[in-house]
Amino acid sequence: MRNVWIICSKELRSYFTSPVAYVLLTLWGVVFGYFFWAELGVFLKYSMESQMSGQMYPMNLNEQVIRPLLQNVAVIGLFFLPMITMRLFAEEKRSGTIELLVTSPIRDSEIIVGKWLAAMLLYCCLLLFTVVHFLFLFKYGNPDWKPILIAYLGLLLEAGAMLAIGTFISSLTKNQIIAGASTFAILILLWVLAWSDFSNTGWSHVLSYMSLVTHSESFMRGVIDLKDGIYYATLIFLGLFFTARSMESLRWRS
Amino acid sequence: MINVKDLTKRYARTIAVDHISFEVPKGQIVGFLGPNGAGKTTTMRILTCFMPPTSGTAMVAGFDVLEQPMEVKKRVGYLPETPPLYPEMETAEYLKFVGQLKGLSGAELQKRIDYVCERCAVVDVKKKLIGKLSKGYRQRVGLAQAIIHNPDVLVLDEPTAGLDPKQINETRDLIKDLAGSHTIILSTHILPEVEQTCEQVVIINKGKLVATDSVRNLQARARGAESIVIEVGGGNGNLQASSVQQKLERVSGVSRVLCKNQVDGRAVFEIESQKGRLVRGDLARAVVESGWDLNELRPAAMSLEEVFLQLTGKEKETPSEEPVATGARL
Repeated sequence: MRNVWIICSKELRSYFTSPVAYVLLTLWGVVFGYFFWAELGVFLKYSMESQMSGQMYPMNLNEQVIRPLLQNVAVIGLFFLPMITMRLFAEEKRSGTIELLVTSPIRDSEIIVGKWLAAMLLYCCLLLFTVVHFLFLFKYGNPDWKPILIAYLGLLLEAGAMLAIGTFISSLTKNQIIAGASTFAILILLWVLAWSDFSNTGWSHVLSYMSLVTHSESFMRGVIDLKDGIYYATLIFLGLFFTARSMESLRWRS
Repeated sequence: MINVKDLTKRYARTIAVDHISFEVPKGQIVGFLGPNGAGKTTTMRILTCFMPPTSGTAMVAGFDVLEQPMEVKKRVGYLPETPPLYPEMETAEYLKFVGQLKGLSGAELQKRIDYVCERCAVVDVKKKLIGKLSKGYRQRVGLAQAIIHNPDVLVLDEPTAGLDPKQINETRDLIKDLAGSHTIILSTHILPEVEQTCEQVVIINKGKLVATDSVRNLQARARGAESIVIEVGGGNGNLQASSVQQKLERVSGVSRVLCKNQVDGRAVFEIESQKGRLVRGDLARAVVESGWDLNELRPAAMSLEEVFLQLTGKEKETPSEEPVATGARL
């Protein structure tokens, strides 16, 4: 556990001493800020119309603002997460520092989990940005906080799975661009697998079940479904497990 | 301290290391010598548990690299060919990170950081970003990193590569300094480096062990027929090299006389004698009896470079000048 933390804090330090973290946070803030503004604008217009027409439309902050926004957080994450993971192993392999890690008295699994945890913590920083926006809704409105909490749990699990996949792909190459681009491509594919449910055959069910999005829906609605939790946990485990195998093969080959 | 037996490493198509065996006693500096691609780095990577051998065993500090890699890793300090540095860290920060990786913490870690900074002369760049350091400093930070946990065994892969002559000397002195308390194995393809720093040499070529012995023995072993350098001075500054040469050739037992250098009044000859014949006395007498001055007479020690070329079976290139201490590469 101590070793995991050593690796994790080293990764966090290099995120935050290089411009990486700040650039990501800034861009994230700008993009999410726009989403928040647009979504809230639509809601306000709707409520104005409701007042003008004299009859009360059904209005709900959770349903109409927060849920679509959090779903969008997952989509923005799809673009941002590959940039978090692409350097994790690729950079160490390119600069040769991987030799230091591998020849130190520390297990591969500790290196991998430490790195993945650092990526998760950076993602948490990104999520904190979104929390700040929602605080305004709590100040001027009266949303229910419980489904929001569950949605955030879903976002964390989903990101955990995506980051684990990214960590694995980063361990396959020395080139950060290749790592980032492949991660992005694979995540998008896993995302749009949800669309394959158009025909009623067994395969299309299986494919759509494999999609990252399918399993986030219940979390977004404020429901914890064990099978969705297990799906994400499995992906996280598989991603990190394959990273370990990839590191092992590095030893046998290089 | 290091015990390698029948070590073999096979890649997909090539054999990088082919049944190598050698031993290194405690506290010694061993030079690992060979041309590029001879298998030096591969062997070192096996010793540091970076990769497992295909077959054979390697014991480091009493532990097998395959059976107990964690124990080996705790006792080995490793400086790879390119120092494993993080450019975005400060020197002290980096050393702290490595120290933690190796299992140090608290006051002991702080003490070791101060000690290795002092030892490797990087105190004045402690608060600098590693990315901004010069090559020499980076190398020294790399060395500091390798000794931070006071390892029994130090493995240094070409520790002087890419440094300027002054830095090379400093690094060599530092390495010599470290011997005794650590067992050091260093690889290089620069021959004078081995002559200057190491007590024992392991020469490998194309993955095979060519020779392993002490530096002195190797030189002696490769010296076949005795070769003598002699400098003759003339009485009044008008020495005729050709006549001296004729005179020397007439000495019995001499097989070849070569005039190496002639400046006014002085001439240097290299003389090869037939095997098993002592000709020094006769040579000296011949010179003196002819009325010339005998300025110098010494056996020409064979340099390790010649030994190396002889052992690895290569043609010797004609040296353009006296070999430069640091630049003679293979």
